[in-house]
Amino acid sequence: MFQHLCVRRLLITAGLAVALPFGAQAAEQDDQGPIRVGILHSLSGTMAISESTLKDEMLMLIEQQNEAGGLLGRQLEPVVMDPNSDWSLYAEQARDMLTGDDRVDVIFGNWTSASRKAVLPVVEELNGLLFYPVQYEGEESSENIFYTGAAPNQQAIPAVDYLMDQGVERWALLGTDYVYPRTTNKILEAYLKEHGVADEDIMVNYTPFGFSDWQSIVSRVSDFGSQGRKTAVISTINGDANVPFYNELSNQGISASDIPVVAFSVGEQELSGIDTAPLVGHMAAWNYFMSVDSDANYDFIDNWVAYTGNDEAVTNDPMEAHYIGFNMWLQAVESAGTPAVDAVKDAIIGVTVPNLSGGASTMMPNHHITKPVMIGEIQDDGQFSVVWRSPSAVAGDAWSDYLPESQNLISDWRAPLRCGRFNVESMTCEDGQGAD
Amino acid sequence: MTRIPLAGAQHAVRLLLLFLLPCLLSAWGQSATADVSESRARALLEALDTDSFQARGDAARAIADSDAEQKTRWLQALLEGRLGKARRGDRFYIITDDSGREWPIIDAISYEEAGTGTRRTVEAFRINNELRTRLQGLLASLSLTSGDEAARLRAADRLLGEVAPDNVETVRQTLADEESPAVRERLEMALALFAVTRGDAEALDTLRGNLDTRVRNALTPIAAGDDALAGQTRAVLEGIESKRAWYDRAQTLFFGLSAGSILVLAAIGLAITFGVMGVINMAHGELIMIGAYTTWLIQQALPGQPGLALALAIPGGFLVAGAFGVVIERTVIRFLKGRPLETLLATFGLSLMLQQLVRTVFSPLNRRVSSPEWLQGSWQINEALSLTLNRFGVLLFCLAVFAALWALMRFTRLGLEVRAVTQNRAMARAMGIRATRVDMLTFGLGAGVAGLAGVALSQLTNVGPNLGQGYIVDSFLVVVFGGVGNLWGTLVAGMSLGVINQVLQPWVGAVLAKVFVLVGVILFIQKRPQGIFAPKGRTS
Repeated sequence: MFQHLCVRRLLITAGLAVALPFGAQAAEQDDQGPIRVGILHSLSGTMAISESTLKDEMLMLIEQQNEAGGLLGRQLEPVVMDPNSDWSLYAEQARDMLTGDDRVDVIFGNWTSASRKAVLPVVEELNGLLFYPVQYEGEESSENIFYTGAAPNQQAIPAVDYLMDQGVERWALLGTDYVYPRTTNKILEAYLKEHGVADEDIMVNYTPFGFSDWQSIVSRVSDFGSQGRKTAVISTINGDANVPFYNELSNQGISASDIPVVAFSVGEQELSGIDTAPLVGHMAAWNYFMSVDSDANYDFIDNWVAYTGNDEAVTNDPMEAHYIGFNMWLQAVESAGTPAVDAVKDAIIGVTVPNLSGGASTMMPNHHITKPVMIGEIQDDGQFSVVWRSPSAVAGDAWSDYLPESQNLISDWRAPLRCGRFNVESMTCEDGQGAD
Repeated sequence: MTRIPLAGAQHAVRLLLLFLLPCLLSAWGQSATADVSESRARALLEALDTDSFQARGDAARAIADSDAEQKTRWLQALLEGRLGKARRGDRFYIITDDSGREWPIIDAISYEEAGTGTRRTVEAFRINNELRTRLQGLLASLSLTSGDEAARLRAADRLLGEVAPDNVETVRQTLADEESPAVRERLEMALALFAVTRGDAEALDTLRGNLDTRVRNALTPIAAGDDALAGQTRAVLEGIESKRAWYDRAQTLFFGLSAGSILVLAAIGLAITFGVMGVINMAHGELIMIGAYTTWLIQQALPGQPGLALALAIPGGFLVAGAFGVVIERTVIRFLKGRPLETLLATFGLSLMLQQLVRTVFSPLNRRVSSPEWLQGSWQINEALSLTLNRFGVLLFCLAVFAALWALMRFTRLGLEVRAVTQNRAMARAMGIRATRVDMLTFGLGAGVAGLAGVALSQLTNVGPNLGQGYIVDSFLVVVFGGVGNLWGTLVAGMSLGVINQVLQPWVGAVLAKVFVLVGVILFIQKRPQGIFAPKGRTS
């Protein structure tokens, strides 16, 4: 073993000696050349409706940063790829970005949990950095991924609390049939039962991606909701199935005062394809709305409208998440003095940057961030009006406290623990990695 | 002048007054010099400027109870999110048009024009669901005595279950003054329900057979008792429940027929090309998509007239998709006659090419096709049964297309030639029928009907490059299940699969229902390979 190591070290030294003249040159160039920023969002396929704006936003942020003098005196260079809404292509393109001479220093990308799960092993293997901007189901923590979207305790649980406060007693959980809605609904069911909601007062229903025949499901929800007790729908319906769903709601005359629908995946961008007049009062839970009243937000919207050249351009929550994530990364690189992945990973924990709703967000040791939680009601102009806001920012929780299998788990990527699945009861790291 | 409404005001106003005392005092102080009603109006509006939705609702209640002339307009503007206050300064505005980023505004008290405002300068008062419901109730009670008949009807409808000892006299008075029989009936129902909850058994007769869920929900706790009234109530409730059950079955049947009509529309074009001609056309779904995109294009050309655009899209979708069909037949299919495997592969490749063509030309994003007014909302037959108009429209359209197609095959020269070529190609050619021309027209007809399906689907689902993929399997399923080469078979098969699916869906969910239907059809085909209707005569 020792011998083997020795031989390897010898080889490396020899290699270095031979490569030194070129290596020094390359390193020098590396220090002065542009810092590469990978953008991995689908520009075609079913997710393009949501993801293509995030690509444009990243280009805008990079352009602004370059105009302000770049980063560490170097320019930022965007590297854009199009994974075509194909989860395995995300992994392939992430691998392309993280290998070779033109390796990117950081990746901003992904939307669906399925695509994130595909990219995760790649960024861990090649030690990349991924900023993931979308609300997700939690139950995950990777050393190489920073989750700037909401965990369930930053979106789903506060929304349910708000509705309970409004007197809702019966719950219809409707979702698309894949990992995010199923995990979220599992957490919500456990949470509701803990708060004394009976089994017969919870209705769960899953539909496939792109489902359009909503008539009997909506009619069942309407029956479920007309038993004389206040009923709400929690919707984790994703993608373009939302358009026929909301159309069916308005055609069957179900208004928000009868049965309010709270959606976790419908934002300003998705509503821009629907006539919202019949939907006024239905809700969404996010950490940012375009209508948020703050000067930082108004400035961001003005920049975005100017950049896109479209007076009707909308902003949404994942855009804010990228805005926060990008600024956190800039600050971490500046304080580390290098864009090198390991240095940035350590420097970014504890970094605090302003968010768009007038407060500030901090990167926590579990690679999630603090965010205010907001509930907005749909208005007839396709915007949301904020009707509730958490009194302070909420820290994202990687492992849900309401699921028996994860309630003892925490994640802490600081030295000396450096563990994504630490069991506080047995005091062991379930990832297999020991403490440093 | 200021004291009279205060003296008559209700509890909420008294609370409000305590809260607003300093404000009102200053208003009174000014009243000697300034306009009294303006300062009162200002006080009423200032009460809205609070962080609590509860307090804002109480303030709205005070406005409704006041004698301010502008109260209806204020409440309406508040309901629509167009009543606001200057962020710097103390003027109140009504935003007359909030569509752009700069809004024209008027002063809320004097209605004088006040230039424009933006989100940075004017803060519109926000409302939530609960407050919205309260405001609608307040506006309804304002219009119960004064509005037109439709407004009074809506207001009277809201009263069901809302009559309480403190407003029962007002409702009785309104009933005595009311002339419209429809409004009277609503008011009588509301009063009867109130009477029953107070223990009046005779009022139960008025409620017998009422399908409104609010009646059922109000009667259920009464029926739980063990006195005479509870027994009578139980009988009434049972009547209501059994009546509702029947309407529920009718509703499920309608859902099934409407889902079936989509299947039939998608499959009937295939019933011609696959069933009659024997061509396995995997690009059938893309022909549906072309019809849907044609609808969108025509709507883009005629902005603001979705009804006319839809009417024009019916021939438009047929012709465009039909033309594509003719081109496909001339360039690909006729060279592959009698080689089903190669036809299958070639048309599958075509379907990918057509999808990519649409992606390149129109972008991969979905396109929004709007529905005309008369296809929105639902036809409310009674409280338990309503038919959504877009689905009802598609059901009628499907039947019309089927009738037209059947008549074409039965009564026209082309139909005769198609049937002749199908039954015996060689003999038909010997009789002087140009079989290749018939092939081309038949395929064009099938493609055109697929285009019509696309026009209908654009009213129900998203129009995007992948639209057709979701229907190709279903279409083959329907044609095979119904019996290859038989239009009636397609109709019966599509409708029955739709109904079975909708009956199963509430029990097992959307995904499993589809699986069960698929398994059922496979088993059926094992037992009876020719489908529901056996083809007559020889088919090629």
